[in-house]
Amino acid sequence: MRPVIPYVVAALLFGIGVYGVLRRRNAILVLMAVELMLNAVNLLLITADTTVRAALPHTGQTFALFIIVIAAAEIGVGLAIVLQLYRLRATVSVDDVRLDTAPGLAPAADEGSTALADPGRAAVS
Amino acid sequence: MTGADVLLIALGLVAVGAGLLVVTTRHLVRAGLYLVVCLGAVAGLYLVLTAELVAWVQVLIYVGAVVVLLLFAVMLTRAPIGASDDLDRPGWPAVLIGAGTGLGLSALLVDAFRWSVVELPEPGTAERLGTGIFGSWVLPFELLSVLLLSALVGAIVISRHDIGARGGEERR
Repeated sequence: MRPVIPYVVAALLFGIGVYGVLRRRNAILVLMAVELMLNAVNLLLITADTTVRAALPHTGQTFALFIIVIAAAEIGVGLAIVLQLYRLRATVSVDDVRLDTAPGLAPAADEGSTALADPGRAAVS
Repeated sequence: MTGADVLLIALGLVAVGAGLLVVTTRHLVRAGLYLVVCLGAVAGLYLVLTAELVAWVQVLIYVGAVVVLLLFAVMLTRAPIGASDDLDRPGWPAVLIGAGTGLGLSALLVDAFRWSVVELPEPGTAERLGTGIFGSWVLPFELLSVLLLSALVGAIVISRHDIGARGGEERR
């Protein structure tokens, strides 16, 4: 087995993930690109597990399992945030997220988006 | 070139090609389906690299759960049938940084490993990995369970606005 093949595949997948995170505007597609990067790191760990003989056996595979668990937690919280953003703004475009004002703080500042959307806040208040 | 090398090259090509389609397609739902192909090919790579347990966990959790969650999110936010034009922001910087990262890391790894050959180790079965996890890695394992619980509670608190309403009134 030539370890350079999976190593290069992992590096290319990581580059594709970086490109996707920077290029995509839809928040869900950004999360998909983050998943690609996490998978590239997992592939790197598992290939390193076959090439490097560590003191403890199968350390790389154990860490890959840990990263899969962390990715599951990340995707759960990330999608909850994206859905809440959609409920507040009726958009999932990361370019439309204004970082200088909180969503409900200045309704006059962005009346265009908050006036139409926001069924959640209307239901609460 | 042994059989394992040929399998690695084929599965790697599938993974990279499907990954490229994930970040370039203009159909939201198709991006999720290409992600299934990419993650499945990566699971095949794990199998060739003798990581049996990780391969099946990948199929179960990534292909089974994460992609389904992503597709649910696509459906819940906006599910256009057909291509949508507003998915990408224009940008050569993304191409430059992505290609630079991928090709730079590839050059580094190719320079480090050349065309060397290693013997595959004994397969990482559930028994061997379980011995490692519950022997040497108990503390990280327990920490991960706490992390999963807190992520679960956090996701519920974020998505239920009747819980967050009182705190939300202070924020506003």
